Amino acid sequence: MKTINFMGQRKVALALSAILLVVAIGSLATRQLSWGLDFTGGTLVEVHYSQSANLGEIRDILNTGGYAGAIVVSFGSDRDVMIRLPQGHADTQGTALLRLLEDNFDGGVELRRIEFVGPQVGEELREQGGLAMLMALGMVMLYIGFRFQFKFAVGAVAALVHDVVITLGFFSLIGLEFDLTVLAALLAVIGYSLNDTIVVSDRIRENFRKLRKADAIEVINISLSETLGRTLVTSLTTLLVLVCLALFGGEMINGFANALLVGVVVGTYSSIYVAANALVLMGVSKEDLMLPVKEGAEQEDLMP
Amino acid sequence: MLNKYPLWKYVLVLMVLATGLLYAAPNLYAPDPALQITGESSAQIIDDRTLSRATAALEEAGIEHFGEVIDPSGRNALVRLRDVEQQLVAQARVQRALGDGFIIALNLAPTTPDWLSDLGGQPMKLGLDLSGGVHFKLEVDIDAAMERRQEYYVTAIRRALREERIRGIVDGDAGGRIVARLRTEADREQARTLVADNHPELTLERDGSGDSWTLTAAMTEQMRTEIANYAVSQNLTTLRNRVNELGVSEPLVQRQGQNRIVVELPGIQDTAEAKRILGTVANLEFRLVANLDAPESEKQRFEYRSEDRAGSFEWLERDVIITGERVANAQASFDENGRPNVQISLDGEGGTLMSRATRNNVKRRMGVLFIERKYRTRYEMQEDGSEKPIQVPYDERKLLTAPVIQSALGAQFQITGLDSPLEASELALMLRAGALAAPISFVEERTVGPSLGAENIRLGVKSVQFGLALVVIFMILYYRVFGIIAVVALSANLVLLVAFMSLIGATLTLPGIAGIVLTVGMAVDANVLIFSRIREELRDGRSPQMAIHSGYDAALSTILDANITTLIVAVILYAVGTGPVKGFAVTLSVGIVTSMFTAIVGTRALVNLIYGGRKVRTLSIGGVKA
Repeated sequence: MKTINFMGQRKVALALSAILLVVAIGSLATRQLSWGLDFTGGTLVEVHYSQSANLGEIRDILNTGGYAGAIVVSFGSDRDVMIRLPQGHADTQGTALLRLLEDNFDGGVELRRIEFVGPQVGEELREQGGLAMLMALGMVMLYIGFRFQFKFAVGAVAALVHDVVITLGFFSLIGLEFDLTVLAALLAVIGYSLNDTIVVSDRIRENFRKLRKADAIEVINISLSETLGRTLVTSLTTLLVLVCLALFGGEMINGFANALLVGVVVGTYSSIYVAANALVLMGVSKEDLMLPVKEGAEQEDLMP
Repeated sequence: MLNKYPLWKYVLVLMVLATGLLYAAPNLYAPDPALQITGESSAQIIDDRTLSRATAALEEAGIEHFGEVIDPSGRNALVRLRDVEQQLVAQARVQRALGDGFIIALNLAPTTPDWLSDLGGQPMKLGLDLSGGVHFKLEVDIDAAMERRQEYYVTAIRRALREERIRGIVDGDAGGRIVARLRTEADREQARTLVADNHPELTLERDGSGDSWTLTAAMTEQMRTEIANYAVSQNLTTLRNRVNELGVSEPLVQRQGQNRIVVELPGIQDTAEAKRILGTVANLEFRLVANLDAPESEKQRFEYRSEDRAGSFEWLERDVIITGERVANAQASFDENGRPNVQISLDGEGGTLMSRATRNNVKRRMGVLFIERKYRTRYEMQEDGSEKPIQVPYDERKLLTAPVIQSALGAQFQITGLDSPLEASELALMLRAGALAAPISFVEERTVGPSLGAENIRLGVKSVQFGLALVVIFMILYYRVFGIIAVVALSANLVLLVAFMSLIGATLTLPGIAGIVLTVGMAVDANVLIFSRIREELRDGRSPQMAIHSGYDAALSTILDANITTLIVAVILYAVGTGPVKGFAVTLSVGIVTSMFTAIVGTRALVNLIYGGRKVRTLSIGGVKA
């Protein structure tokens, strides 16, 4: 099997990752995330009109009806309209707003959903979300440190942070709404990217023990080449279903699917370049991975 | 011989799969739209006559119905309908025919065959985002409950000092403590003994010099937690009672975290109405039982609330001694002989009123009334000849208990002579209904219309189907026979996932469906790992049998590591997340576990069946030139 010189390009990859991270962090710092209702609090009403709805008219109705500052956008189709009221409106406003729309439209206005989130809940969710992320990273680092070795744990976590920050940056840059389902997706990205990184790390560990003559870069290149097929196939199958989810899953699941799509692509890249790169930078060597066992342990795989 | 499973392993795989199919099966039977009829009070029995009145109303309106049954307990009846569209009309008709004494709830009746439900099989519950309905999150104002309790202590201590003629100023401070300022050290010491005797549950601190001596009483951390718990559980109980009145099938009222309560009402659309009913506060009244010779104008008749005493009643005086707001606490407990009783504490003013009222009425009886806000439906003729139901609120007063007053009562007294500890705790709960009425507020509300729910299901199923189809095509093209094996395992995985979720009674939500889709994508990963290992081994020149054997062996630890770490993430998601995040975490974790079984044990069984135990020259795994 041909060994691809992945690590030959590691400086280029490092630069690419650095650029992506800088752009992501820059965007997060300047543009922030467009937080969804789950996190900001406020009221959201989604309605379905029997004929295509005129957004301008609806804005006028709402403005004169005492809902200044309402954001009116179409949601999926020109007949589906989403209205978002900023915080400060009472929790009963959703139903009242629906009445107002019904009164001012000849055709049918059908309620799809109303969501009201109080300010304290939003704030709590943001805290909880951040906490969940940190906890996940911490636990994962512990597990890998225990199962592999500390340097691998650092590599894996570096890859995870890289993926999460870039996915967040993508959401910030494109201006996609960040709600609870996107948060769930982000945590799923952590799970997925980790899966990838561990498969690669597993092979690196195995090869360090098997190929005693090779140096670190060689071992990593061989390992990455060996696992490349699997990495691509799994990413492909996952991407296939995610594309289906993004295309057919409906508006409510769109943010989730988008976050995962970006995350899986970045995660696949990071398990090749970020995790392995971090290992090289930390100067991983076979001494890190020698089994603390007596002779003969290597022979357990030889079977008839 | 290489790659042969012992018989028991095949049997195991088959048994797991058969069990999976069995418990996934209930999901194949679409539920019927139905009406559930229950009596307003739980004592009410639904008989054949009631049921035939209901069905007559449906027939009159030309609504098709079938499969009417009365529950063996006689508490409720179910009428199935042919058409979902007619469910609302049917509800209105039956309500009109039966009148206010009955609650008619929209329901989805499972059509699981008896033999399946006898085995414990049940379809997955659908979350609100799929079935449509309202989700409320309410917050109990614990601080208000705390303040009330502080207030109670301030009044009690102030009164105790006054009675003992100790001069001083008693006030509450911002930290929830009770501070008494006294002139002399001797006064302070006397006050300390007094408070310690009356309220041993408080921790006391002394300070001061010169002519300013203070005594600070504080509630312990444990007490504060108890107060908070009381406030929440009392609100939970009242909410449960209210929700039952709303006429919703399978409502959910659940505590969440320290001071939140989640209420989920499937099928409800009118949130304003629901909130009005949920938001009202129950109350209590204490009144003396009227003397036999009291004139009609001074007494009122009340029925007992409990089912055991249904029908019996008492005449009570019209004058109210105190109302529920004066009750600071009520607790079920035992007297020295081990008999159940309920300990009641009133606030300062309540104590004064109570002692004034009972002083001269020893050996008479005192009734405790439970007041609930209820709604009566009136029908008003519209101009166009249709009828419009109008809800008229009224207060329903029912008697909880009417014990004999054994001696003059003060701020603390007890009700004895109760039959069981259960009765005591129920009574205490009711007594607390007005007490500590920590205000609740709505902090979150989500309404999903039924059309959006149906659409979410349709879209979710569609994306699972498409995603699955694409993965199937790819796997078969790429891995040939092994691809087919992986696809079989993947389908088995889906069956097991659905079966397991149905069995544990998990709720399926939209993010849950997303979790299933993701599982489909990731579940093949284990097989991809194994298959690429086998390919590598073949490339290295191993024999097919050897390649299969070491392929599975070598991939195992990788698969375990990868899945365990993902499982860690899923568990954290479940622990920290709420609502949609939790739903996603459940399907993801279940999916990881079932996929490990099908991808490792399941595929191995198939591979062994096809290739094991014989001479094989090539493997149909694609990508390797033999």
